[in-house]
Order: sequence, then C-alpha cells, then structure tokens
Amino acid sequence: MNAPRPQKITFAKAINTGLRRAMDRDPKVMLMGEDIGALGGVFRVTDGLAKDFGSDRVVDTPLAESGIIGTAIGLALRGYRPVCEIQFDGFIFPGFDQITTQLAKMHYRSRGRLNLPVVIRVPFGGGIGAVEHHSESPEVLFAHTAGLRIVSPSSPADAHVMIQQAIASPDPVMFFEPKGRYWEKGEVDTEADPLAPAAGALLDSARVLRAGTEVTLVAHGPTVATALKVAESAAAEGRSIEVVDLRAISPLDVTTVAESVRRTGRCVVVHEAPVLYGTGAEVAARITEECFYHLQAPVLRVGGFHSPYPVAKLEHEYLPGLDRVLDAVDRVLAH
Amino acid sequence: MHDSGPLTDDGLVQLLTPIGERVEHPDYSPRVAHLDADALRGMWRDMVLVRRFDTEATSLQRQGELGLWVQSLGQEAAQIGSGRALAPQDFVFPSYREHGVAHTRGLDLTQLLRLFRGIDHGGWNPDDYNFHLYTLVIGSHTLHATGYAMGVQRDGAVGTGDPERDTAVVTYFGDGATAQGDVNEALVFSAVNNAPLVLFCQNNQWAISESTVRQARVPLADRGLGFGVPSVRVDGNDVLACYAVTAEALERARSGGGPTFIEAFTYRMGAHTTSDDPTRYRSAAEEDYWRQRDPIDRLTAYLTAAGELPDDFRTAVQAEADALGERTREFTRSLGRPGTGTMFEHVYATPHAIVDAERQWFERYESSFIGGAAE
Repeated sequence: MNAPRPQKITFAKAINTGLRRAMDRDPKVMLMGEDIGALGGVFRVTDGLAKDFGSDRVVDTPLAESGIIGTAIGLALRGYRPVCEIQFDGFIFPGFDQITTQLAKMHYRSRGRLNLPVVIRVPFGGGIGAVEHHSESPEVLFAHTAGLRIVSPSSPADAHVMIQQAIASPDPVMFFEPKGRYWEKGEVDTEADPLAPAAGALLDSARVLRAGTEVTLVAHGPTVATALKVAESAAAEGRSIEVVDLRAISPLDVTTVAESVRRTGRCVVVHEAPVLYGTGAEVAARITEECFYHLQAPVLRVGGFHSPYPVAKLEHEYLPGLDRVLDAVDRVLAH
Repeated sequence: MHDSGPLTDDGLVQLLTPIGERVEHPDYSPRVAHLDADALRGMWRDMVLVRRFDTEATSLQRQGELGLWVQSLGQEAAQIGSGRALAPQDFVFPSYREHGVAHTRGLDLTQLLRLFRGIDHGGWNPDDYNFHLYTLVIGSHTLHATGYAMGVQRDGAVGTGDPERDTAVVTYFGDGATAQGDVNEALVFSAVNNAPLVLFCQNNQWAISESTVRQARVPLADRGLGFGVPSVRVDGNDVLACYAVTAEALERARSGGGPTFIEAFTYRMGAHTTSDDPTRYRSAAEEDYWRQRDPIDRLTAYLTAAGELPDDFRTAVQAEADALGERTREFTRSLGRPGTGTMFEHVYATPHAIVDAERQWFERYESSFIGGAAE
C-alpha cells in the first residue's frame, strides 16, 4: 500500500501490473492466449491474473492463433476488450489472415460503425539463445497494413503506460514486447493515471531519450537500449549522439525524428528486423523528403540481414550490436 | 443420385418430399407443428421475393449496373427456413450469399447492392439487424461468430430460461469453407467453450468449380461429430425441415447445450457468381436433376394440394415481387459515387498521422487542378 512511487520493477512485471490495472478499471477487458492462465504465460507476464480474475477473463485458449484472433474479433463485436497473447513472434503467422484481412479492416469496411478494440501482445526479438521461430521481429509485416497500430515499448515505465493506453484504444493495437528485456528493471509509477493527458499519447509519439548534436540514432523496442549504449560509448570519444525512441511504428512520428535530424544533420536507424523494406527504409525515405537540405550524410540503416533468423550461436553476429551501430555512426560522421 | 462419399443424400431430415408431400419425422415434426398455413404462405412469399430480387440483381450485373453478383438461386429454403427460426436477439454472421437470411432479419434486400455496386464494403449497420456484414474471405467469420457467442455467454444471456434474453449466434458458410482451418478452429473453440453457436453449412455441392468430393471424403456433417459437436443433415431444399433443425439447434444453444453443426444439403442452381461459367465443369443432367427439386416448387406443390395457396394470394405476391424488382432497379441506378475523400475515412477510429498527412496531400493535389477536385 505504502510502496514508494515510483517502484523499481521488471519489464514483465510492468506489463503485468498494467494488465491488472486495465482489468480492474474495465470489466470488459479480458486476456486470451496459450498457457496464460495457471502457468502465467511462458514469460510469466500474466502471472497471478487468472487466480484473481477467473478463467472467464483470463482464458487459456486452444493452440490455434487464427482461432485466438478470430474469436477476439467476435468478442470485441459483442463489447469486450480482448488482449491476446501470441506466445512467440514466429507463431503469429497462423493468425496473420485474421489480423490483416479482418481485424485491420472492420472499422473501415463498416464505415466506422464497428470498432475492434483488440490488443495483440507479441514477445519479439532475439538475443536469448532460442531455437528457430522464437527470435523474430515481424513488426513491419503488420505496419504495412492500414487499420493496425503498431507499437513497441523500450522501458518498463513506457510498457506499463502503453499497455493500458493500447487496451483503452478503440483501434486494434499490435503490442510488440522486447522479450530480451523482460527481466530488466526500471522505475515505474504504478499509480499515476495512464490515460490522463499528462501521461502523453505514447501510442502516437516518439521521444528524444538522450539529447545530442551530431547524429540522430533512431530505435524502437529492444534496440533502444543498444542505442543508448552506443551514445554512451561515442560520448567517451567526444561524439554527441541524440537517441530517438520511436515507440510507435504505425503511426510513425516523423515530426519528432525530423526535428532531431534538422539539429544533427545525420541519421542512423537501428532495428533487429531485416533492413530490406524495414522501418529504417521508411524513416530514411521520410527524412529525405522532410529535411533533405539538413542532411550532411546519407541516412544509414543497421539491422538484420536478408536471411532467416540464424541459429542461436550466430545471432549476435546477425543482430545490430554496439559495434555495428558504432560503425554506422562513424560512417555518417565521416561525411 | 449419388451412392457414396460426401454427395450422398442419406440421412437427410425431410418433412416435405421433392413433390411436396408432407412426411413425418419423430424428432422434427413437433418443431413445425405450430406453423399454420399463414406461416407457410409467409415462407413461400419470402422465397419468391428473394428469388425475384436475386434474378433482378443478376440482370443488373449483366447490364453493367453491378460489378458482381452472387446468386442465391436454389438456396432459398435453406436460408428462409433457418432464418425464420431465429429470435430477434439472435445474431447472424453470414458469408456472402445469404440474401434470404438478410431478408428474414429485416434488412431491405436493396441494401445488399451497395457492396456489389462497388460503393461500400458493407452497407448496413449490423447492430440494427443483428446481421453482421458479409465476409468474403472463406470461413473467417465463423471464428467471429464463435467469439461473439463466447461474449453472449459472458453476458449471462444463455440458459436463463427467459425466451427474450437467451441468445444464439448463427454462422453461415458453404461446403468449400469446411476445408478451411478457421472453420475447424471455430468447431474446436465453440466445442470447448460450449458456445451458443449454430454452424449452418449450406452444402450447395460446388465451391466454384470444385465439387464437394474435393473438400471431403465423408458427409460434411460428420465433421462436426469429430469435434464433439452434435450434427445433423437436412434436406436443404425443404423449408420446413430447415426450420425444424435450426429451431432445435437454436434451442440447444440458448439453453446452454452448446454448438450444433447443420449440413443443409442443397444446390447452387446458378453460377458461383456472375463471373463464373458452370457449363465448364458440371453437366446439364445434374442441373436438371436439381431443377426438379426446386425449393419453391416443393412448397408451392404442398400448399396448392392443401388448398392453401389461393390465386389472389399468388397474384398479390407476384405484384409485390414486381414492385421489388422495379425498386431494386431504381435504387441501384440511383446509387452515386462516394466522395474521393471517403477512402481516407474510418481507416482508424482515432487520428493517425500518416493517414491524415496523405489525405491532406491528396486534397491539395486534387484542388491544384483548374476547377478543383472532380467530384
């Protein structure tokens, strides 16, 4: 009761507490997914919620992702606010059809008469030594579909607020959780009203996490921590890096990124997903349109390669780590 | 006609034979005992009106007034019989050929044409009719129906004994859809949740050019049994039998007995759509066989023999059908083109910076032409 605020809790606990608060606030909020009940999810993000809210509101579903998303759509049409957990990034594709052809389009095809306030939580990203299909970053496959909001928190504090804003949103939200950060702790105010204007519109806005003057480093989700380390490392060499956390992939907050690039003149985008047709490509194109004459170097991208996610023993060469990002920073600074 | 496989017509619940003789069934006759001659004439009228509308829409497509039309010809008994068994609070998730069901939900048939005219992806407010929008991706909506039924359970609208509160959800789909994963997942989810759902499969024998033998090696109703879902095969061209089996399934759903799978054995007398050419894949003999089992002729024969289809009633319905045809033509031709800006509307329920920016750009672009946008 009298815990000091803010508390220091893990990323997973920050989402767990956010889910709990959303369920307390609105009896129509319910959770659906595989192993989310008694087990609390394979990452324990839903730990304790089935016990406290019952099996009607925390539903262990059959192992069928299309079924999970499809029935969530039906529940939303009946007035519920389902939050679906997809166990791992690579398991979302059986639900791809329901997400892209049904969930994303219902509001549009009904000319605004029907809302689908469905949240789909997806643990994503690599670096955890997992087997195949457990380390992927499929966020842009969904960002290409109009009608979906695509977000990815990078800190426990943002995750706690963003999950509650996602649940409150009348639009479908894909909520990509950087699974490699689940056990990192951060300060979270679990009592502040996440829906108050003061909390900000986190599903729509990027933010400058660290100010700098020479290069804008753009990241989201798991690579934000990498970007901050890069900035720290570069500072030791006398270089000033500004770090922008996108938070949302759709909509993309071009304004915040462009304002930063107008100050720094250089931009590097980093993400775990493959570079080809990725978030970096979109950011680069829009920055070129918005502030071409401020650019002193081409916008560079650092990310995964155009290969399937590799075996665990090679993933640290595949992922955009500190050295590869620093290399890109050096290259834009050479201009 | 067929002796084995999914095309067998063994075990169909039937209350009216193809020549319109009333036959009894120990389980299902009581389900229609309350239907008097007025009620049966009402069903006959529904079927005649829906067929007239369907014929008119087909003509309108041929005249270039509709981009596409999906005929319901031949499936009127399955649709009117099942639709007439619904209570107002029940909710329907149709596929895209359920014009007859739409009619029973009180949706004016002309409203279906916005979609096929190419001016709307939907065209009505589902909550006004408890009739969801048409879904074109095969089988997807069966999961929406299942989820909706799970919501009905959570609302406490099942098994209360209050006939105005207890609610069932019905989803319509075809023989082709039974091969889809989503339909199978709908069976799993509805079964394990004991959801108040009726899965109404209109087996019209053809999924475009693929006959049912390309979808299944057993009668489709057997599929339901494998999921632990009570299943029934019904003569889909017998409006009374379709009413009876649907009424039973609805009662099971509303009372908390869980889902039911119904296979209504019928025939798509027309093409799949106006873009299709059935002469390439099926025989005239087969079409003749089914023409002799026309669902409207069957009820006409029964009512006529019973002396319950007087000429003045037939004349009045004919006039009503003519008026509907004329109204359908006028309505279709009156439908204008939506404003260009509407393509940016309702993409999201809340503002989205990219959509807003693209819309603003497009409006500037259009207004840059002399005379402004060509709307």
